[in-house]
This record gives sequence, C-alpha cells and structure tokens, in this order.
Amino acid sequence: MISFDRVSKFYGETHALSDVSVTIQDGEFVFLIGPSGAGKTTFLKLLTREALPTKGDIVLDDLKINTLSSSGIHLLRRRVGVVFQDFKLLTDRTVFENVALALEIIGKNDQEIAHDVDNVLELVGLEGKKKLFPQQLSAGELQRTSIARTIVGGPKVLLADEPTGNLDPETSWEILDILQEINTIGTTIIMATHNAGIVNDLKKRTITLEHGAVVSDEARGRYHIHKKARRMRKL
Amino acid sequence: MTLLTTAWNHMRRSPYQAMAAILTMFLTLLLAGLFFLASTASYFVLQYFEGKPQITVYFQDKTGQESIQRLENELTATGKTASIKYISKDDALTIYREQNKNDPLLLEMVTADILPASLEVSATAPNFLSDLEPVIKNADGVEEVVYQRDVVETLIAWTNAIRWVGGSLAGLLAVDSILIVMTIIGMKIAIKKQEVEILNLVGASPWYIRAPFLLEGGLYGLFGAGIAMIIIAGLTLWLYPFLLGFLGVIPVIGGVLGAPSSTAFLLSAFGFFGGLAMTGFLLGSVGSMVAVSRYLKF
Repeated sequence: MISFDRVSKFYGETHALSDVSVTIQDGEFVFLIGPSGAGKTTFLKLLTREALPTKGDIVLDDLKINTLSSSGIHLLRRRVGVVFQDFKLLTDRTVFENVALALEIIGKNDQEIAHDVDNVLELVGLEGKKKLFPQQLSAGELQRTSIARTIVGGPKVLLADEPTGNLDPETSWEILDILQEINTIGTTIIMATHNAGIVNDLKKRTITLEHGAVVSDEARGRYHIHKKARRMRKL
Repeated sequence: MTLLTTAWNHMRRSPYQAMAAILTMFLTLLLAGLFFLASTASYFVLQYFEGKPQITVYFQDKTGQESIQRLENELTATGKTASIKYISKDDALTIYREQNKNDPLLLEMVTADILPASLEVSATAPNFLSDLEPVIKNADGVEEVVYQRDVVETLIAWTNAIRWVGGSLAGLLAVDSILIVMTIIGMKIAIKKQEVEILNLVGASPWYIRAPFLLEGGLYGLFGAGIAMIIIAGLTLWLYPFLLGFLGVIPVIGGVLGAPSSTAFLLSAFGFFGGLAMTGFLLGSVGSMVAVSRYLKF
C-alpha cells in the first residue's frame, strides 16, 4: 500500500504539491492526470526518492520513504520501477543488455538473466528483437524495452510518467495493453498521462491534480478537459 | 557484466585517455622505482662503510708492542670505543696477499717487515670520534691516521641528496598522476552521465555504479607499473656486469646480485616489483576515488 499523508513539496516559492493525502492499495491501476505543472511528475519523483517532500509522510508498505537513508534508496528503487516518456535506454547496448541491466545490478548470474530476460521480452512482444540496438527500434518498441527493463526485476509498483507521450494512438494502446497485463499479475501501476482517450476508455481510478492539489479522486474517473482547452478545440 | 569487464570496457572505449593515464603512471613509477633502488643501494653502501673501522692508526716500524698496548688501553678507557682490533705486520701481509692474490707481481717483493702494524678503531657513535682524536695524536710511535669519517660524510651527503631529489620528484609526479587520473575519470563520469542516471533509477547500489570507475583508476596504475617493471628489469639486465663489478664488494648487494637464482634475489625482485605494482594500483585508485567522490554524489 502507498500512502501520502498531507504531503507538500515546495521549490522555492513554487508549490509543486500542497497538502496531498492519497492512499493507493496493492494491485491498483491508477491514472494521475492534470495539466502540465499540476504536480504529476513531482508526485512520482517523491515515490522514488528523486525528491524529498517539504512536509508530510510518504509510506510504501512498512517503508517510510521520506526518512529513508541514502544507503537504502537503491533498495526502494528495486521495489518501485519507473517507465519514462523518453525511455531512458542505453544506446550502446542491445535490447537484451538494456533489460539485463536491471538483473545484473542485483547480482543474478548469466543463466538466470538469460531466462528472465527472455521471459519478459516475450511478455512485451520483443522476443525477436533482443539483439537489436535502440537506434534500430521504433518508438513503441523502445517503450516496450523500457517496460521490460522495469518489470524484469519484479517491482511491486510501476510508475509510468507519460509513457505514451511520444507514441501514436495505436502504439499507445499496445503499451496500455502491456501495462494492464502487468497489473493483472499484481503489480500496482500509477500512470501519469495527458491521454484523455485512454483514461476515458479504461475507466480506472483517476486522481486529478491541479496547482499541486488533488481536485478529484474517482474510482472510475474521466479526463475532464480543461475549459480553456475546450475553447481552443472549438476554435 | 562483471566489474572488471565494465572497467576494461571503459578503458577500451577511450584509448587515448587511457594511454595518457598509463604513460603518466609509468613515468612516475619508473622514476620512483629507480630512485628507490638507488636509495637502497646507497643505504647499503653507507652501512658497509659505517661498519668499517672509523679510524685506522698505522704505527712506525720501531714502535713496540707496549706502546701499541698502551694506546689500546687509553682508547678503551675513554668508554667511547665500540671495538679495537690489532692488526700485526703478519696479519697485514695476509690481508695484502688476499687482496692481491690475482697479481703475483705485487706479491713477490712484499714481506711482513715493510707493512705497518695498525689498530682499527670504531667509536660507539660518530660524534665520539673527535674525543678519540687527541688520544691518538698524543700517542707515541704513530706514523699515520686514516679517518673513514670523510668517506662516510660524503656518502651520507650523496644518500641524502638521492633521497631528497628522488623523493621530491617521485612525490611531484605522484601528485601529477593522481590529478591526471582524477581528471580522466571525471571526464568518463561526465560522458557516462546518462548511464549513471539510468543505473541510479533502476536501483543500482552506489557501490555498483562507483566500483568500475574506481577499478579503472587502479588498472591505469597497474598497467603503468607493468611497463615500468619491464623497463627496470631490462635496464638491470643490461647493466648487470657493471653493477656487479661496481657494487658487488658490498656484501648485501653482492650476495643478492651475484646469485640471481637465490631465494634472496627472487624475494627481493618479487618484493620490489610487487611493491611497484601495489603503489601504482594505490595511486590510480586514489585518483579515481577523488573523482568519484567529487562527481558521483548520490
């Protein structure tokens, strides 16, 4: 279970998050929506300890993330995987090597790595592309590789920061299918997105942030298009 | 990938930087190694001369045994002598024959009568020599007094000079090597910023990220030491006859250099080369440690 208890994060005068209290149960699939600058990325960064809250407590199961010592951060990040919009893959390593990285760091042997990487590449549909380098892949394949690297170590929580931001609608749905499949095996997924179509079609729990505050938290949420954006669309 | 493979790949992928670091390490270790050997040799040479009698008193032919005995007693009475050895005319002839055994011409004309009897005196401390001097000067029947002090003082000056110059140069080069390795590893960290960021995000421990960079610095030192060892070994082989002829009379050096298959020689060689390799590894590791602590903060 993830719990944000009255969490605020200030960057100087800017209030990235203000008094946010949220609880996410194990195995949930949650969309985190809101306009740019609403605090979605800060929310995710606090969960991986890339940033520290100015006030409040963040807890993952029995682990208080905001008081975690720096020597324990890497252990947290093995439990909380992140998928990024820009993939963050190593360009001088193959698909297999990029995915294997997450297992090498925890000291698995070559045999275990080969077995686990093959399994996860099959799950994301990249079994035939493991020897290719990132330059040889499409955007969708790059994101699948990134997802494979994140889930191969078996994280409890998967955070996805705009994972479909660089993808066409069809590829975006393929990525969503993979994330849903990962969710069905028990991984909690928190996905920050601007993709209204996906949010509205999937009807999952949706937390809406605006100016750093939670403005709605619906069990089967919808993406409410901002009034200004609606006006732009009419024009 | 193992730690060593990762460090090796870092080196392989930027060969010019690796070469710069290795060459600097090589120069430092070559100089440090040569000065260490020179300093060690000068120490043994000095020890050899210090161990020899500090004053040799040669007596006139007419000087009787009583006068010699009296001087010996007076010197002993000062309490400042470590040893006094009487060399009779016959002993002097034996020594002369031993020293010139390969030159029969020099032996033919010499008898015990023409060689002087002498006393070889060692003081318990070099500064007592000045107290012994007046006792010897006032003694009867003394023909000549030879002091080792002048030789020893010159040797001490040379040994100190070697240590100072060598130590300072090696120290400066060591600092230079550390700075170069630090700069190169710092550049590598900057180049691999994205990789470090990704490793950090996927949960690599700080040690997992830092270790290849630390090892890379150590490897530069080891490779530099390897080249320095080859050069020093080559120089030693090339100069072997000269070194043996020049320094072979010093018992410690002659004992080691004169028997290349002896345990003493092998232990000295392994100790020296092992020390050189360890110094190289440590220097490189210190350089990379500074870079890692400066540029890889988590």
